Amino acid sequence: MGSKLTLKAAFISLMMLAIFLGAWQLATQPKESVVQAGADSEYAAMMGKGKEQSGFPTPGMVGKSFVTYLSDPFYDKGPNDKGIGIQIAYSLGRVAIGFLLAVAIALPIGFMIGMSPLLYKAFDPFIQVLKPISPLAWMPLALYSLKDSDISGIFVIFICSIWPMLINTAFGVSSVRRDWINVARTLEVNPLRKAFLVILPAAAPTILTGMRISMGIAWLVIVAAEMLVGGTGIGYFVWNEWNNLALPNVIFAVAMIGVVGMFLDLFFGWLQKLVTYRE
Amino acid sequence: MSTHFLTVERLKKVFPATSGVANLPVFDDINFHIDKGEFVCIIGHSGCGKTTILNVLAGLDEASAGEAFMDGREVRGPSLDRGVVFQSHALMPWMSVLGNVAFAVKSRWPDWSKDKIAEHCTTYLEMVGLGHAIHKKPAELSGGMKQRVGIARAFAIQPKMLLLDEPFGALDALTRGTIQDELLKIVQATHQTVFMITHDVDEAILLADKILLMSNGPHAKIAEIVEITMPRSRTRAEIHHDPQYYRIRNHLVDFLVNRSKTYAGADAEMFHDAKNPPVVRPGLEGELAPVLPLKQAVNH
Repeated sequence: MGSKLTLKAAFISLMMLAIFLGAWQLATQPKESVVQAGADSEYAAMMGKGKEQSGFPTPGMVGKSFVTYLSDPFYDKGPNDKGIGIQIAYSLGRVAIGFLLAVAIALPIGFMIGMSPLLYKAFDPFIQVLKPISPLAWMPLALYSLKDSDISGIFVIFICSIWPMLINTAFGVSSVRRDWINVARTLEVNPLRKAFLVILPAAAPTILTGMRISMGIAWLVIVAAEMLVGGTGIGYFVWNEWNNLALPNVIFAVAMIGVVGMFLDLFFGWLQKLVTYRE
Repeated sequence: MSTHFLTVERLKKVFPATSGVANLPVFDDINFHIDKGEFVCIIGHSGCGKTTILNVLAGLDEASAGEAFMDGREVRGPSLDRGVVFQSHALMPWMSVLGNVAFAVKSRWPDWSKDKIAEHCTTYLEMVGLGHAIHKKPAELSGGMKQRVGIARAFAIQPKMLLLDEPFGALDALTRGTIQDELLKIVQATHQTVFMITHDVDEAILLADKILLMSNGPHAKIAEIVEITMPRSRTRAEIHHDPQYYRIRNHLVDFLVNRSKTYAGADAEMFHDAKNPPVVRPGLEGELAPVLPLKQAVNH
C-alpha cells in the first residue's frame, strides 16, 4: 500500500517535471519571424528580426552546463574558475563553522534561561529585538570590526542561526515535564546528571527542531552573504556567472543550492528522529 | 518529641493569591503520625489537598505552616529516604525499563558497578512481574506495566518510606486488582512503611492498617482515623467474606457521601480536636450499631 502510493506519487512528480520542462522549452524556443522579401538578411538581423532568440536559456543549454560542471566538480583554475564541488564545499564550510559557533553559545545560554524564569524574562527583550534583524544588516558592522570578509560571512551565519536554537532550547528546557524533574529531585540527582540525563534528552526534540530551522536559515543566508563578500562559495559563483551573463550556469547553481539545502534538511530530520521519543 | 516514625504537626497550606484576593487555606492543622512498617491510606474528595500533603512529605512542595518529621529529622527537600510513585508513572520515555530503574539505583548507590546495578534492578523488576520486559521502552508497555515499573523503581532504592500518589487511579479494574495483590505481597514481605493516596475505598481497606479520612477543603482537616482491624494476612479474594469488611466499607462510604462536606462546619468543630483526630474501629462495632454520631465516635 505504502510503496504503491510512493510509486504513484513518483509518477505524478515525473509528469509535472516533464510538463514544466516542456513548457520551458516552448517558451524559450528560437522563433522564425517573417522576413520581408528582398530585404537584406543582415539588415534584418540588425533590426532584431530574423531568427529570434528570447535570451533566456533553453532546458538543453542548462542541461549542458549541468553536464559540464558535474562531470568535473573539483577542478581549480584560479580564483575565478573553480569547480562547483569546491564552491559548495566553501559555502558548507562557512555554514558549518558559523553554525557550530552558534550551537556552542545558544545551547548553554538557552539551557540557562530555560532553567531560570528570572533570566528568561531578563533575556527576553534582547532576543525579541535581535531576532527579527536580517542577518545581512550586520554585514557592514561585521566587515568594519572584523576586517575580514571570510570571517564576516561566518559571523553572519552565526548571528542568524543563533536565535531559533536559543529560543527553542530555552523553550524545550523550560517545558520539560514536571514529573521527570520531580523524579530527579526525589532521587537527589546532582545538577550535572540531571541536566545531561533528564533535561537534555527530554528537551532534545525541541532543541533539534530549533537547529533544523537555524540550518535552513543559515543556508538561505550564506548565498546572499557570499554574493556580498565575494571570493568563493556558491553565492559568489552565482554572482560571478551573472556578471558573465552565463544564465545557464546561474540556473544550474540555483538548482544545486536547492539540492544541497534539501540534503541538509534531510540530515537534520534524521537527527531529529534519533532523539525523538514516544510517550 | 513523639517516638513515631513519621510525625506531621499543624500542617497548613495556602496557595498564593491569584488576583489580589487572598486564598483560604486548602487544609490547616493537619496532625497525624505513621509508625514503622505501617501502611496508611488517605481518602478524601478532590481538592482537599491530599496530593499537597504527599508532596510536602516527599519534599517536593513546601507547607505554609507546620512541619513533618521523619525518623527524628525534619523533612526538608526531597530525599532518597522517601521513594515516590507518581500518579502518572513518570517514567523517562527515552530510557528502557531497566534504564529507568537503573537511573534511580545509580542515584542511590553511585559507586556500584554496572553489573551490580543491572542485577539489583532485575531483581526488583522480576518482583513486579516484569522480568521479561526489561529492555522495552515505556511506550511499548501497557498502563499497568508502566505503573509496575514505577513501583519497582521506588522499591529498588530501598527507601525508609514509600509515598504513593494514587498509583492505580488510571488503571482498569482488573489490572488494578492484580497490581494491588502484588503490592500487598511486596509490602507484607518487606515491611515497608507506606503512605498512599487513593480514591478507592476497597483498595484502602485491602491495603491499609490505618485510613485517614479528610474532610472537604477549604480548611480541610483529618476528620477521623479509621483503624482496619482485620488481620494483616488479608487477600483480595477473601476479604469480602470477613463481616468486618462491610462495616468498615459502609463507614467510609458514609463519610465520603454524607459527612465529609459538613465536617469543617461549626457544629463539628466544637467536638473535633484537630491535634488528636478521633480514632475509630468500625470493623469491631456490633452489627446492629448504626454509624455513630460524631460525639460518641470519638474513641479514647
